[in-house]
Amino acid sequence: MFQRREFLKALGAGLMVSALPNLSYALAPAGYQRLLVLIELKGGNDGLNTVVPYASDDYYRLRPAIGIPRDKVLQLDQHVGLNPALSGLMPLWQNHELAVLQGVGYPEPNLSHFRSIEIWETASASNQFLSDGWLSRLFRQQPLPAGFAADGVVLGSQNLGPLDGGARAVVLSNPQDFARQAKLAGDQQAGGHSDALSHILKVEGDIRQAADALSRPAAPSAIMAKTNMNPADAPTAPPKPNGAFQQAIITLATLLQNGARIAVARITLTGFDTHGNQNNTQNRLLTELGDGLALLRQQLQAQGRWDDTLVMTYAEFGRRPRENGNKGTDHGTANSHFVLGGRVKGGLYGQTPQLAGLTDGNLQHAIDFRQLYATAIEDWWGKDARNVLGSRYVKLPILRA
Amino acid sequence: MKPLLPALLLCLVSTLARAGIGEDGARHLLSRTGFGANPAQIAVYAPLSREAAVDRLLSHTVSTALTSPPGWVNEPFDRPNQGNLSEEQKKALQKERNDHAQELRGWWLEEMRITPSPITEKMTLFWHNHFVSGLDKVGVPQLMYQQNMLLRRYALGNFGSMLHAVAHDPAMMRYLDTANNRVGQPNENFAREVMELFTLGEGHYTEQDIREAARAFTGWSLDKDFSFINRPRQHDNGDKTIFGQHGNFDGDDVLDMLLQNPQTARFVTAKLWKNFVSPTPDEAALKRLSDLFYRDHYELKPLMRAMLLTPQFWKSQGQLVKSPVELTVGTLVTFDLTPPDWRAIAGLNRQLGQDVFNPPNVKGWPGGEAWINSSTLLIRKQFLDRLQHDAAPIRNAFQQADGSMDEAKGREARINRLVQRGLAPVKLQPDEWSAIYQVRSAQDTARLLLAVPPAQPLPAGMSGAQAIGPLLLDPAYQVH
Repeated sequence: MFQRREFLKALGAGLMVSALPNLSYALAPAGYQRLLVLIELKGGNDGLNTVVPYASDDYYRLRPAIGIPRDKVLQLDQHVGLNPALSGLMPLWQNHELAVLQGVGYPEPNLSHFRSIEIWETASASNQFLSDGWLSRLFRQQPLPAGFAADGVVLGSQNLGPLDGGARAVVLSNPQDFARQAKLAGDQQAGGHSDALSHILKVEGDIRQAADALSRPAAPSAIMAKTNMNPADAPTAPPKPNGAFQQAIITLATLLQNGARIAVARITLTGFDTHGNQNNTQNRLLTELGDGLALLRQQLQAQGRWDDTLVMTYAEFGRRPRENGNKGTDHGTANSHFVLGGRVKGGLYGQTPQLAGLTDGNLQHAIDFRQLYATAIEDWWGKDARNVLGSRYVKLPILRA
Repeated sequence: MKPLLPALLLCLVSTLARAGIGEDGARHLLSRTGFGANPAQIAVYAPLSREAAVDRLLSHTVSTALTSPPGWVNEPFDRPNQGNLSEEQKKALQKERNDHAQELRGWWLEEMRITPSPITEKMTLFWHNHFVSGLDKVGVPQLMYQQNMLLRRYALGNFGSMLHAVAHDPAMMRYLDTANNRVGQPNENFAREVMELFTLGEGHYTEQDIREAARAFTGWSLDKDFSFINRPRQHDNGDKTIFGQHGNFDGDDVLDMLLQNPQTARFVTAKLWKNFVSPTPDEAALKRLSDLFYRDHYELKPLMRAMLLTPQFWKSQGQLVKSPVELTVGTLVTFDLTPPDWRAIAGLNRQLGQDVFNPPNVKGWPGGEAWINSSTLLIRKQFLDRLQHDAAPIRNAFQQADGSMDEAKGREARINRLVQRGLAPVKLQPDEWSAIYQVRSAQDTARLLLAVPPAQPLPAGMSGAQAIGPLLLDPAYQVH
């Protein structure tokens, strides 16, 4: 048995280049070979100052102190434009790889950080309480095939979010350290213990399984074969990261380059709860976001897998259209989000915020966030979303065939 | 025969009730209400009844810290974000703040290690995770120190008084923007979180209650030294409608309304239960406890006494995941260890997800199973692995022929070691530890260290000292 398997492996490596893990992604029509990257903008990013309705007088009426000046906005069309801090995203926009979604939310919005992010991450209705993340539910109902290091990796947060409640999720800061330390995880069987102890035993099991895959050395030859690069152009040392968000991007890219198979990565960028002096903070965070996503694209293009990567941002809520007295904004509802990737059909989707006549109120949503999840589950992975989301949601036409 | 039986039973029951809680019971009580359980303390509590043990804990509480704080805590400080500083001055100020923050964390962790009343520190930590403020936003370590003093003062006092005090606390007022909330320019941050996280819990108020309460809190401000000041001209004197009541309410009126609502007693009681007893709520017990809490006008000692005397508490071994601080400081307490630099322990706890004085957000650390993920579990194990790697070699030096331990020789060795080298006890000493505390066998070690049997059975024939390493790395050491 062992010899035969070794033989097949050698055969695969030598003759059938397409059997190498790095090449299988592009060939598979759909399925979990494709990667979903979720970017959490924690704290509730202010969508109105991210995708700016610069043609609206109401916008400047509601935001006399913090409105982004018309001449600073990076125009997307005659009505809206990006915050100038997001200049890193403009090449994607010009290349039609960036979908800008306006008015993403859900009915009967909740304005609590904690409840609202729970609604997003469990994909529940506003008055419904679910205990598992939407991705945990998907992977339980329609599991990943064998050979994956984990269902997903979590970067920049200790909180598993949509992977909470059962998915095999690995929280990573540094893959090398992880593989080395994993030797400390035991191999006891779970069962017959308190919930607390069972949880610890399960995590030990996930660690052992993931460690094996994550500690595999890089396979640069496969990448070169795929992209027809000569060795001198091969992505060798990753670029030096600028800040924690870029560090997380590099960690993810390195992991994928080393051949670790995962279906999901969730990266958290935190600090968006801007009740006061918003513009300084948001400017810094959006710069990190835009430059980080541009770096992700560059890295995955070099690996030849940008076409099999779908990136979606999310957050608990947007913020109040009318600024508060501290050059900040309070909790709001519907929000702007980005979807990007090599197969994304770039453009504007949803509805430009309806600000006319608004004073203290909040925005209505035009896109239910579960429509995005349905699109990812069905059109991206080719799985069924009905049971995961509890009902059918109209999918968004944001992907190319 | 017949009339004897009830009398016998009665006798049996009262004997059981009076019987000591034993080593298991003592370890459970100490670990849950403090940090780890030192064998010397276990010996003190083991012979006591449940009532006597809980009463002993609650009669030895303190309201101030024993460890002297860093010198700068009472020095005047500059306001953060001053516009007139050069880039270099700003950097220097930021560095000083970071250094101070790290010293402050070390100071508190050391207090947890040496305090004569671990339950006082445990409750202070609980309130830090309830009335959350974080250095990230507060910016000034001095203010976080003052808030820590406040939380310790009320830790086992009156919840209502603590709520009023916290609402006027400068660190809190910066953290939740109370100081920026003015008439005509309301900032809802504090009004929302005081209802959602400090008193009622989600679902027990409306968005209108929040908007109107925010108006009531206007006028509370900070002066240039960051002391509380009431600015009547910034207060909204209009009528407000909060919880169906109309009037020109101010902030303290709103807090009183929140305390009048028994839901506040229920919310706080359930959170204490989850922290001290079990992740599973027991509706009947919670109702009884929260009724008592409400009737007692939010006095915390009687509530904690009643909670620690519930049968559920004494059956809950192994149901809670140890928090990072419980794991790290608790291990140091258990083995009489003192690290050379507490800032390193603070850094470790930050990696483990519990950066004291800087919880992740206003809801605090979620705790429970969320403490453990693949990253944090490995860092926990690394810490414990390191501890046993660095330990003195095990020679079973104080074991006697009959299997008993020579306690006197163990103590003598410890004293000689400390005197000769002038060292703080930083290194785990398995031989001395097992001699001094009469740990004869691996089973003895397991009883002192674990709340539940080890997940990985120990090889036969291990001595008490030899069992320490494998038991520290056993998954069961992560729960209590």
